[in-house]
Amino acid sequence: MSRIGIDVGGTNTDAVLIGSGGVRAAVKTGTTPDIAGGIQTALARLLEQPGATTDDAIDAVMIGTTHFVNAVVQRRELCPVGALRIGLPASASLPPFSDWPDDLVPLVRGQVHMVEGGHEYDGRRIVALDRDAIRRAARDMASAGLRHIAVSAVFSPLVADDELEAERILAEEIPDVSVTLSHRLGRIGLLERENVALLNATLQPLARRTIDAFIAALRASGIAAPLFLTRNDGTVAHAAGVYAVPVYCFASGPTNSMRGAAFLSGMADAMVVDVGGTTSDFGTLRAGFPREANAAVEIGGVRTLFRMPELLSIGLGGGSIVSDDGTAIGPQSLGFRLLQEGRIFGGTTLSATDVAVAAGRVSLGDATRVADLSPGLLHRAQARMAAMLAEAIDRTKSEAGDVTLVAVGGGAFLVPDRIDGVHQIVRVPHHAVANAVGAAIAQISGEVDRIFTGVTRDTAIDTALTMARDQAVADGAAPATLETVEIEDIPLTYIPGDARRVRVRVVGDISHPPAAT
Amino acid sequence: MHAIGKDDLEPLAVGAWILGTGGGGSPYLSWLNMRRLYAEGASVSLMSPDELADDDLVAVVSNMGAPLIGQERLSSPDFALKPVRMMEAYLGRRFRAVMALEIGGGNAFQPLMVAAMSGLPVVDADSMGRAYPEAQMTSFAIAGLQMFPCAVSDIRDNDALVTRAASWPWVERITRSICVQMGSIAATCKAPRTGREVKQFGIHHTTTRAIALGRAVRDARARHDDPVAAALDTAGGKMLFRGRITDVERETSGGFLKGRVRLAGLDADRGSRLDVAFRNEYSAAWRDGAVLASTPDLICLLDSVSGDAIGTESLRYGQRISVLALPCAPIMRTPRGIENVGPRAFGHDFDHVSLFSDESAKGTVQ
Repeated sequence: MSRIGIDVGGTNTDAVLIGSGGVRAAVKTGTTPDIAGGIQTALARLLEQPGATTDDAIDAVMIGTTHFVNAVVQRRELCPVGALRIGLPASASLPPFSDWPDDLVPLVRGQVHMVEGGHEYDGRRIVALDRDAIRRAARDMASAGLRHIAVSAVFSPLVADDELEAERILAEEIPDVSVTLSHRLGRIGLLERENVALLNATLQPLARRTIDAFIAALRASGIAAPLFLTRNDGTVAHAAGVYAVPVYCFASGPTNSMRGAAFLSGMADAMVVDVGGTTSDFGTLRAGFPREANAAVEIGGVRTLFRMPELLSIGLGGGSIVSDDGTAIGPQSLGFRLLQEGRIFGGTTLSATDVAVAAGRVSLGDATRVADLSPGLLHRAQARMAAMLAEAIDRTKSEAGDVTLVAVGGGAFLVPDRIDGVHQIVRVPHHAVANAVGAAIAQISGEVDRIFTGVTRDTAIDTALTMARDQAVADGAAPATLETVEIEDIPLTYIPGDARRVRVRVVGDISHPPAAT
Repeated sequence: MHAIGKDDLEPLAVGAWILGTGGGGSPYLSWLNMRRLYAEGASVSLMSPDELADDDLVAVVSNMGAPLIGQERLSSPDFALKPVRMMEAYLGRRFRAVMALEIGGGNAFQPLMVAAMSGLPVVDADSMGRAYPEAQMTSFAIAGLQMFPCAVSDIRDNDALVTRAASWPWVERITRSICVQMGSIAATCKAPRTGREVKQFGIHHTTTRAIALGRAVRDARARHDDPVAAALDTAGGKMLFRGRITDVERETSGGFLKGRVRLAGLDADRGSRLDVAFRNEYSAAWRDGAVLASTPDLICLLDSVSGDAIGTESLRYGQRISVLALPCAPIMRTPRGIENVGPRAFGHDFDHVSLFSDESAKGTVQ
């Protein structure tokens, strides 16, 4: 069995081929504006590598991408959406987009409609659902050309009727409408759930273009294996299922880097730094998994309740611009322009990579172009980088004492051999493509979200966990590797007989080729 | 009398959330409302209790209900003002100022929202020094003051007024039933207080204290110091436990959010277990089955990294939590106080043993 993992970043497209013996081949190439070109180049070069001559067919291709989250962060390729909130007279003073950053709102906010409806906690209606108002809102949005609508109703995770009814009305009134219902994406917490639905709606057109480009690139490369996308939590989803819910897959980059670092280093508990072109991301591995953030996670300034790795980013990467005296580094970066504007590549801007080359830490470009840098400047610049890294490590620590640090990413050579607070720095082969390795080894999850009645809480949760495990195993997870990542239950007081909605999620490593569905 | 600045709002939200001991509802939504009102030109004045004349009339306001409900129903300034106007109409008198029933959680902002809508100043005091779930758990109840009239409003066109009640627990029972009918969330205006009563039995300067606590946590975070340690230092508390949530059991019934959360120890507490019971607020904690802390001491669960409070409605499997105890206001430790807010008041069958000496309590009740 063998799998290809691809990471499509803003700057680089990395690809690896993983087989029973580990990483067989790896390449790094530039991301192209059309995405597909870069993937095709990466695949062509990957399959030319000596290690890629395998008798095994390729079972699956896993792609992880920061494309969707970058679109939100960089405020580009977002489509205007219609927001329909069902809950008046409740929740009126904080309409949809209330807590969004000012610069993002005009790009996403097509129209906002709030109508009467929604439910109480005990299943009663707040007030009657105003179907006429929904129909009027739908016609309004249709005539404005809005095709992506996010619907949120008060307490829809308990009673989804109003969101489903709204979906029916919207489908009647708006041709080719794509409706995101909040109860399918989020938990209790109207504003955060609505935010996720709005983000999902605004990303749908980009997701369609991107996933279609992925599939075209695979087919053009002669690969017939099924395509999976990696999700925010390090598991995979079949590509066909991602068109409707891009938010599930929109920030898998850091998770993949950390999972890749765990795989390549064989370490289950360590700190990881992924040094890219512009930033260094720090996270913590616990039992081989990225430690998750506790509370609300902000995506491009939008508050959500996603489960995401807890990350700290600092402005230090291979392209970081170094001041003339070496005392200041970043956060400005040359990014992908490093290959033209960096000193070793014939440019005139001093970058962190130039310093590393001059100091003999890495061989890249033309070292003679940085031979004039004074030892004093090199010392100051390296000391500054070490201090930046040490401070970030200290902030990432959850307990006192020195840590083991696994350094990955294309700029891992910036990490010195000694850092305060670190007792061991682990460097691994293929460190520059750890994120693609993480995508290739992405896990299978099993998820259950259903209502149980007439059984005790413990029985309901145990039953749900068993079902989730069975599902994960059926989808190709190795039973011995299954871990529980989520358990949540809400008693449904409006249904007689001790009813509760139980949500559980388990994940495990792939044991055999996943079946394409 | 001085203005509450725009830059005080976020620290107030952070500090009040910690003092909420899990209840009172997240201040986040109320803070968003206040931020919007300030952006539209509103400004709120804070007055010291000693600026009140003896016969001034003060509105005591709160948002009542199960904290989980607020996350869906959000909060709204109009809704906060509704019962205050009803009370004034009933009494035929105008209020001189407005104060918080409880400084803990979103209710720290309830008087600010009323103030922004009405122009009344906010008194720098509350009647709990934290958050508690029931009407008889205030310093005014413990002091034996009159418990009626009490106004309760919902978002629809429903207003209710309890004109008389036999006791504080009766006020609780009656208003709680109304609240359940209104969807387990309602805006209230409690029994009005005179300036003299607030000066004598209020818990003073708690808004200022919440702002200072929130600012300490936020500044520590900005300096990359440990925000949990900053909270402990500022509030004079004790660290009880650090761990990870392994189970959360909760249900909304009778207008309360009730349940239990279990943590597995990390770091120094590895191998131990902590169970914390709650009824809107955290009421008691057991370490490996033995009682560790209980009301009236404050039991606060903070995010181990950010120092932000974690409310009973936001508990989640896998969260890493630091559990703190903070001292309560002295009036809560009197025999009458223990009767109303001690462990037995929350259905726990053990006597309260405080983790703090009397000198460590920072409340002032003259």
